[in-house]
Amino acid sequence: MERISSKQRSLRIPFRIRLEQRMFIPRWLPIASSLGAVVVALIIGGVILWASGGNPFRSYAHVVRAAFGNLGVFNDTLVKASPLIMIGLACAIAFRMRLWNIGAEGQFYAGAFGASAVVLAPILPPDTSIWIMLPTMMLAGFIAGALWGFVPGYLKAKLNVNEIITSLMMNYIAISWNNYWIFAHWNESGFQMSPTFPKSAWLPRLADYAQQIPLFSGYTLHLGILLSLLMVFVIWFILYRSRWGYEIRLIGDNPKAAQYAGINIVRNTVLVMMLSGGLAGLAGMIEITGVVHRFQEKISSGYGFTGIIIAWLAKLNPFAVILVSILFGGLILAGREIQPSGIPLMLQGIILFCIISSEVLVRYRIRIRRRGDV
Amino acid sequence: MDLIIILHAGVATGTVILFATLGELITERSGVMNLGVEGMMLLGAMAAFGIANSTGNAWLGLLVAMFAGGVLAILHGIVVIQFRADQVVSGLSLTFLGTGVSLVLGEGLSDAGGVALLPAFDIPLLSAIPVIGPIMFANQSILTYLSYLLVPMIWYYINRTRPGLHLRAVGEYPAAADALGINVFRQRYLYVFIGGMLCGLAGAALSLAISPGWFSDKTTAGLGWIAIGLVIFAQWNPIRAALGSFLFGALRRLILDIQGPMVLFGVLRNPFFYDPYLGFFLQMLPYAFTIIVLVIGSREAMRKRLGAPAALGIPYVRGERGA
Repeated sequence: MERISSKQRSLRIPFRIRLEQRMFIPRWLPIASSLGAVVVALIIGGVILWASGGNPFRSYAHVVRAAFGNLGVFNDTLVKASPLIMIGLACAIAFRMRLWNIGAEGQFYAGAFGASAVVLAPILPPDTSIWIMLPTMMLAGFIAGALWGFVPGYLKAKLNVNEIITSLMMNYIAISWNNYWIFAHWNESGFQMSPTFPKSAWLPRLADYAQQIPLFSGYTLHLGILLSLLMVFVIWFILYRSRWGYEIRLIGDNPKAAQYAGINIVRNTVLVMMLSGGLAGLAGMIEITGVVHRFQEKISSGYGFTGIIIAWLAKLNPFAVILVSILFGGLILAGREIQPSGIPLMLQGIILFCIISSEVLVRYRIRIRRRGDV
Repeated sequence: MDLIIILHAGVATGTVILFATLGELITERSGVMNLGVEGMMLLGAMAAFGIANSTGNAWLGLLVAMFAGGVLAILHGIVVIQFRADQVVSGLSLTFLGTGVSLVLGEGLSDAGGVALLPAFDIPLLSAIPVIGPIMFANQSILTYLSYLLVPMIWYYINRTRPGLHLRAVGEYPAAADALGINVFRQRYLYVFIGGMLCGLAGAALSLAISPGWFSDKTTAGLGWIAIGLVIFAQWNPIRAALGSFLFGALRRLILDIQGPMVLFGVLRNPFFYDPYLGFFLQMLPYAFTIIVLVIGSREAMRKRLGAPAALGIPYVRGERGA
């Protein structure tokens, strides 16, 4: 076992901290440690807020009120959560195989491009039935995202190129690619955005049914949330109920054993990166067709990166992704009005830090012993 | 479009990438991967600019930036060395944290007026050398000259000195290093800290010398990630890191300059002049180039059977005997 550091040893503090691997992990412990980590993160964030002249209590109260205070804002939180669930899943399935896809942001942009191209290129005329239009856009968004994921996946599988950096570089490329089409071809009389999509390219929203059900009036929640929840089941099924999922998990846990078992790691690397990219692309599609309704710049407030944190906080569990996404959807929604603007990002960083630090409590038992004891 | 000007600017911008690349290189040589370069650079850039703005002393800003980068890196160190957490995730969260804290503390800094900057000057005699002189030794920042010294120093330190040997041992075979009485944990903390300081220095070079100012998260625009990619291209060798960094700097300047003239090379009708939207494709180049450079680096590593420090990314757990 280790000493905490020899510097402390030379100070002769009278106790020693040892980490002992746990043989048995109680079921409640991971959840408790995650919750504890979030609480600690909020406290640390509060101290930084206070130190930079803000009022942490008022900021946090504002977040809760502006994200969960009433049905209207909760509706907005769920709208934010819809793409986040999809991206959280995208990251979770890649991370489960220990593939570090941090290019979900770019895949999101690529998906938005693919979906928009159906309307703007145009691949389908604007009077196409919604039953054909939306599925085509979904497919196009998924394929565009999957292609964006294919590049780092293929390079990783065939040439052993670090996928972290390639997938991240693809983010910048996607943003420039989208900007080219927005500025050069698909803008509307000089504005840096495309014309609004025809109604057949809008995901149905609750408010669209207000005439039949007056209760829905004013709620912008769109079909994207159902698509995301559906994908949660699909990914859960793939991961835990299918042969493919077993292969993914085995490669993630023990690549050597997977190789001896005859599992094709090269093919799985490419396929999982493509599935991950496709899911992120689908997130771009639902954001474009559910909220923005046109092709424009800056459609993501760092969703791709938030997805990484969501996946980790959810311990890569597809169902937990739903809950965590709703919380982060609220944080992003409320965070837009908080000044300075970096606070949500800072909080996300602190939360992720606390989560991974807390994992030591799950994996190891911490023993504090007096010096001289064995 | 003048080749001398492009290369001159390339060396200047390259300085920033170089400091960050060297920082990551040293950290990785000790067996720790820190993906938080972008966050540490941003924090350094913000701290340097903020301090220079409020105290009027650029050197103080530089020192604070280095310290801030180092402290942020130590957070990563605690989490991955002590708590044995995943280095990739910890590095990512360092990026978020560094970026977020920089945005929070740097609020309003972008409107700051003139601040004290680090000096740029000619080196007598050397600047008179044809071609190389005007590129490398004329009107460059003092930090660029510092980087010329730093590269051979770090190379010599890693490859020819006893502490450098310890650094390599800890990164390649920590158990053996431990058996020789080298304190693996202390070594790794040390080089994580030094790496962070160099990333902070890179940030300070950006905001106080090369492209002065604080432009929130657009200040670094992915330079930190490019630096991490360059470490792999450089095969963990400081001299190759310098080459890659300056090349990248030149590429960034070329992208700006190529859109200027109507005619390229005296004959070619410049498409980037007539269709400015093609500039978006030029903007992709540094990132596409990073991918290409990574592919080259990885192929070479596979062919020559050399590559990353063997213990890179693996937490060191001491055996029972050490307790």
